Parts: sequence; structure tokens; C-alpha cells
Amino acid sequence: MNLYDLMFYLFAALTVISGFFVVTNRNIIYSGFFLLFTFFGVAGIYVLLGADFVAIVQLIVYVGGILILLLFGVMLTNKITNVEIKTGTINIYPATIAIGLLTGSLLAALINSSWLTVSTAAPEPTTKALGTMLIQEYALIFELLGIILLIALIGAASMARREK
Amino acid sequence: MMYDFFVDLFGNTVIAGIASGILMSLLPLFLFILPYALFAVLAERKVSAHMQDRLGPMRIGWHGWNQTIADIIKLIQKEDIVASDTDKPLFNFAPVLVFAGSYAAFAAIPFSSYYIGSEVDLGIFYIIAVTGLVVAGILMAGWASNNKYSLLGSMRSVAQIVSYEIPTMLVVLSLVMVSETMSLHTLSEMQTGYFWNWYIFGGPGFSLTKFLLIPSMLIGFIIIYISTLAEVNRVPFDIPEAESELVAGYHTEYSGMKFAMFFLAEYANMYAVSAIVAALFFGGYQSPVGYLGNLLGVEWLIPIEQFLWFAAKGLFFVFVQMWLRWTLPRLRVDQLMAVSWKYLIPIAFVNLIVIGFITLI
Repeated sequence: MNLYDLMFYLFAALTVISGFFVVTNRNIIYSGFFLLFTFFGVAGIYVLLGADFVAIVQLIVYVGGILILLLFGVMLTNKITNVEIKTGTINIYPATIAIGLLTGSLLAALINSSWLTVSTAAPEPTTKALGTMLIQEYALIFELLGIILLIALIGAASMARREK
Repeated sequence: MMYDFFVDLFGNTVIAGIASGILMSLLPLFLFILPYALFAVLAERKVSAHMQDRLGPMRIGWHGWNQTIADIIKLIQKEDIVASDTDKPLFNFAPVLVFAGSYAAFAAIPFSSYYIGSEVDLGIFYIIAVTGLVVAGILMAGWASNNKYSLLGSMRSVAQIVSYEIPTMLVVLSLVMVSETMSLHTLSEMQTGYFWNWYIFGGPGFSLTKFLLIPSMLIGFIIIYISTLAEVNRVPFDIPEAESELVAGYHTEYSGMKFAMFFLAEYANMYAVSAIVAALFFGGYQSPVGYLGNLLGVEWLIPIEQFLWFAAKGLFFVFVQMWLRWTLPRLRVDQLMAVSWKYLIPIAFVNLIVIGFITLI
């Protein structure tokens, strides 16, 4: 076990444990804040995989953007903490079957796939390659995604401005 | 260097890695941020006093220079008051998160060519990303305090930081386009030589683009300075802790060491954004006039000089922040949002496009 493995297990444990609390916690604010650690752990795993740019974007988009807006929305919604959040169990049999199938297929994929093993040399910075790819090979998709985001933005603005 | 020492000491690479990691990450805290914060709190009181024709703290030591040390001792002794209706786990965790977020930014700040916490390729981008933790921490503090002033303060603070992140990002993006790097270390290295190589003066080299870039760079600098000022909640953008409206904003309920952590985080943030501005536009740790070490042929003097230059540049911008604090009145909430969305963001976009065209030439 070297330092790399140790860091990996640290981040993996952080992600899984906080993810567990996100789902099971009854207080929606607590769930939101546990989500922060889940996102952080995932970003750490990205870094360990050598995907530096993706890790930073994960932090900016999810922690700095989505999570904050989510918490904001929750806090501004009136009396949300008093709402009984259902964390009980219903439909046990169908759920068990579905989860069993999912777990089985995941395990099968895990066992049967031939894993690509990379030497543990220091990973190269990915930003430049990613940028070149986005602007050359996938330029159309990149532009389309931009337009979709713009549409969402305009839609949100027009909904917010609608006169009564 | 440190790592090798620990490998010899423990004979185990894992423990050595952890130990050297912890030690290296604590180095800027104890060598720089704590002494700086002690000095800056005193400086703020002195600057404000002299600007208002007062004397400021005078009792403890010569011209009150021991005042902050006495204050810290007082803060450590203070009882840790937690109001009974607060959300205790979140209330206790929020100051840690805020400080962790603002301290994490220091990992990518190049203090000198020999000391940078982590020489990541994405330096400036990383700094913008980890400050998201500060936002989450402020929101946590405001919510957990269970106090309307705290909640209002944290809401305002978050709205403000989220809005002003956009012009900051746009200016950083325009600079990344010019310099073709996101690493603050490389960015500082590029601005070596004399002060006309700084990005505020159009960057290194002599060409047409350099002179075309100067006005755009000046606009970019002004935008990023205003928006970072807002991001660290300083006057004229201190509506999250507007004393006349909100008592003390999100840290109303905090006392003792937890309050001190917010305070330390605020001052650390002030230096962090000043250092970023210095690294982006004012040559980072590079000297404007050449090095004494080169002149005397003393190699080891250069990193020390670089550190001093970097500290001086950062501290100068911190001083400007204090100066503005005691000069300008506070903006209203709607004015604050208008400044960001109606003025800074459009100007930053136009500036970005203009810089894009110039770099294409």
C-alpha cells in the first residue's frame, strides 16, 4: 500500500459514507451539506485518476454552483425543515429484484471487463488536449451544448420576469 | 527535500509522504498567514484611525503594536458561547469549512520561484474552484446560527460571491488567452525582467499586440479588482455584514476562537485575492527592477528577494482595500447586484472579445 492507494481509499470512503448520509438523513439541509463532501470526494478521485481539469470543473460546477443554488432554494422555501421527508421502505420486493439485477449486471461488468492498467507515472496535464478536442473534433456538439444552456437561461429569465 | 528527510527518518515512504505533506501545507500558515493577519488587523485599525484623524490603539507597546497579540490572547481565553437554538454540528463546523476554503487557495499561490505549495497546471482555476467551499461555509454558518440577521447576511454574501465570480472568471479567462497558461507559477515566470513585462503593461516582448493590449489590460485589472473586493466582502461591498442593518451578518452568533477563525479567514482571503491580482497583472514574485542577488552574484538571495517582492505587492493591494474601506460608503443590495450584472459582466465580456481579437493578430 503506497500513498496513492491511501489517498484513493480516503476519498472513496469520504464519497461513499457521505453519499450514504445524503440518502438516509431526515434533515434536508444536512443532506445538502453531506452532498458537498460527496462532490469533494469525487473530485479527489478524479485528481487521482489524472483528470485534473474534470476535477476542478466538478468543484466549480457542483460545489460552487449547483450545491449552493440547491441549498439556497431549500433555505428560501418556507418551512421545508418541518416537512416529513419519507425515508421509510415501500415496495420491498420489486425494489429488491431491481437492485439485485443492477448489482448483478454491475458485478458481471466488473469481473468480465479487461481493465486498462496504466503505469503510475505522474499524469500529464489534460487541459490542452481537452481544449483542442472540444474546439476541433467536437466543435458542433460543444456549440450545441452552449445553445442548450443559453435556451435554459433565457427560459429561466422569462419565467422569472413573467407579469401576473 | 523535506520528503527525502522524512524517508530517512521513518524508513517508510507512506509515513514520510504524509508527514512531509502535512508539514509543507502548514508552512505558509505559520510562516506567513498568521504573522500577516496579526499585522493586518493592527494595520487596519491604524490606517482607519489615521484616515479619520485619530490615533488608534496606543496603549499596548509602542504605538499599540502589541494590540492584536493581546486581542488574540483575549479571544483564546473567551468562553465559547453556543446559543441553545443553534444547529450545533453545523454551527461548529462552519468556521472550519470557511477557513479551509480560504486556506486551500494558498496551495497554488507562488510565493517565490522556490516555494509554491503545489505547482499544478491549473493553478488559477483551482483557486477559483476551492473558494466555493467558503461560500458553502458561509451558508452553513448563517443557517446554523438560527438567527434572522445571520441568515440574511449569509444569503446576501452568497448571492454576492456567486454574482461577482463571473466577472472575475471572465478576466482570468482573457488573461489565460493571452498567456496560454493557467499556472500562476508559469504566469509569473513569463513576466520576468523589468516591470514593462508585466501583464498590466501588455505582457512580455515588444510588438504591436503589447501596445494594443494595454487599455484592455487596464480595464481587466479594474474589473477584477472590484469583483475580488466584492468576493471577500469588503467595503464598499460589505452588505453581508453591514453593521447598521444586520448586526454582524453571518458571524453574529459566533464568539471566541470560532469568531477568530472567521476573522482569520477574512484576512487570509484579502491577501489571497491581492496575491492573485499581483500574480496575474503585476508580475507575481518578479522584481520590477532586477535582483540584488544577480548584481552581487549571490544565487541564494534571489528567492528571498522574490518572496519579499511578492509579499510587498500583496500587502500593497491589501492596503488599498483598507484605504477603500475607510473612504467609500456602502452600496445598497440592489446597487450591488446592478454593478455586477449590468456593468461589470458586459464590460468584461466585451473586453474578453477584444483581447481575443488582439491575440489573433
